[in-house]
Amino acid sequence: MRREGSAFQGLGTVFVKELSDNISSVRMLVLELLVVLTALAALYGAIDNLRQNTAEDPFLLLRLFTLARDPLPSFVAILGFLVPLMAIGLGFDAVNSEHNRRTLSRILAQPIYRDALLMGKFLAGLATLGVSLTALWLMVIGLGLIFLGVPPGGEEIARSLVFLVVAIFYAGVWLSLAMLLSIVFRSPATAALVALGVWLFLTVLWPMLAPAIAQVIAPPDPRYAALGLETPDTGLWAQFLLRFSPNDLFAEAMQAILSPGTRTLGAVFLEQLRGAVMGAPLPFGESVMIAWPQMVSLIAGTIVLFVVGYVIFQRQEVRA
Amino acid sequence: MSIPPNDAIPPYDIVIGAEDLTKRYGPASAVDAINFTIKRGEVFGLLGPNGAGKTTTILMMLGLTEISSGHVSVLGYDPARAPLQVKRRVGYLPDSVGFYDNLTAVENLAYTAKLMGLSLKERSERIAEALTRVRLVDVANKRVATFSRGMRQRLGLAEIIVKRAEIAILDEPTSGLDPQATIEFLELIAELKRGGTTVLLSSHLLDQVQRICDRVALFQAGRIVMMGSVAELSVQVLGAGFVVEVEAEGNGIARKLSTIPGVTKVETLAADRYRMTAERDVRPDAASAVVAVNGSLRRLSVDEPSLQAIYARTFRGEEEGVRHAA
Repeated sequence: MRREGSAFQGLGTVFVKELSDNISSVRMLVLELLVVLTALAALYGAIDNLRQNTAEDPFLLLRLFTLARDPLPSFVAILGFLVPLMAIGLGFDAVNSEHNRRTLSRILAQPIYRDALLMGKFLAGLATLGVSLTALWLMVIGLGLIFLGVPPGGEEIARSLVFLVVAIFYAGVWLSLAMLLSIVFRSPATAALVALGVWLFLTVLWPMLAPAIAQVIAPPDPRYAALGLETPDTGLWAQFLLRFSPNDLFAEAMQAILSPGTRTLGAVFLEQLRGAVMGAPLPFGESVMIAWPQMVSLIAGTIVLFVVGYVIFQRQEVRA
Repeated sequence: MSIPPNDAIPPYDIVIGAEDLTKRYGPASAVDAINFTIKRGEVFGLLGPNGAGKTTTILMMLGLTEISSGHVSVLGYDPARAPLQVKRRVGYLPDSVGFYDNLTAVENLAYTAKLMGLSLKERSERIAEALTRVRLVDVANKRVATFSRGMRQRLGLAEIIVKRAEIAILDEPTSGLDPQATIEFLELIAELKRGGTTVLLSSHLLDQVQRICDRVALFQAGRIVMMGSVAELSVQVLGAGFVVEVEAEGNGIARKLSTIPGVTKVETLAADRYRMTAERDVRPDAASAVVAVNGSLRRLSVDEPSLQAIYARTFRGEEEGVRHAA
């Protein structure tokens, strides 16, 4: 049975309303301040470091993203940690607050489909994150220009733009997850707690658990251990398990894109290094190819989580 | 009762027709094969205790919940197949309606008006007009967070006015309102009716519904137990429309009263108090009857047919029936 009319009728209206809600909310202001201040601290460390070690590096701008100076992690690492928090903050009460404010049935009694409401909310959240991340990206480039005084090359801009797109989809995964939880749980507090629990688990606990589980699946070979080396099987398993976390996917993709010297994201076989000039940068296209699986996984994760939430929302009863 | 199939043009005066409309949740039926028709321009009341299936019926009419079996037609459209057509023409005020507290009354209405697809000019005109009609002009630019429940209900009605809905569906519109707000709200509903809007409202507050409804349907456990105008129902359930109480001293009054034509029953409540059940208002005859036996008449009162009494009698009867069956 085919429905009449477009599923996207009213999408623009919902999008504009949600976007203005998001941008004017105190919650978003606080989260943005948190990200900007932490990022500034990381950038300060990186700039200081770069100024002291005079640049022979052809990718000076990219070093701003990846350079860490104790005790602060690098800009990219900080984003990997804080972007999920922003996305969760935007999404955890997207649908259940409409239920609780008793606005849902009133809005759905207007001539629109549920698709427009959910899609509008999701796109507005993604746009808000996109605007924030773009502002951060511009901030990095601007600070780089001011303090390093070296204009960025075309390839640097291209690589940092890929960083921006990947960061937006990384945020999208967490936004989809938070919205899914806001559909499943009627109480925003429950949805927020579960989302934060998943976030803590994947960023803090999983990097510790994955190698431990890998050792159970593929016990380390004592002969490798005697040489002080990691058993290849164990290492591969650990990496495989780690990749279930979007944080790891983001970190790997960023490593390939922002450090042009990166040749592979997994274990390296000797024959792969034949003819390679160690430390020489790869062309832009090759770096993108290395990070391609990670980038596609992040985009797919965003879509899959959104679709799961969408299906549940379509079947949900409207009445409170 | 005949209901047109969904592709036929319905008779002009029937705007909603339900045929064996059923909603099942698992094995239990929330709404069980109900049939009713609503005519253009009337105020129709769905009455019944909470959980009797009133809201579910409403949601099915709006296409907001799936129909398990049966059929409903709203203005000639099937809400399951053409929900946008139905929702463009039908206004809905949900049970304890909510608004975005951080927005003003005008902004809230503007959002839904945009969803209705109205142009900027139409929006501002209709919103100003609707706020005037529900008397919220003074607070038009105040945030809804500061609104009382009565004001929120009126704002919900303003939304229906902005939509210029042909049918207004109001779910428990007066529950939780103070008496003054209730009177004002009922007056607004009467205004809607005068403007030609068909009104369907659900309620468990019977005396209020009685005041404004042309016809009512009594719901119980997902079924319509009874349907018709209040006067029709009272004859059907109470056996008569009027109960007259007489307080008078004298001999043989009870016998004399029972000879009045139209009186079906006379009860002696006390030595000098009698209750008569009659098909019409028999107060003048009762007065002359008392005078005829040289009695002294102290008080004469009439109970108009009350929905409360009908409701109480119907549902008490049902329960007794169940007990007997068990």
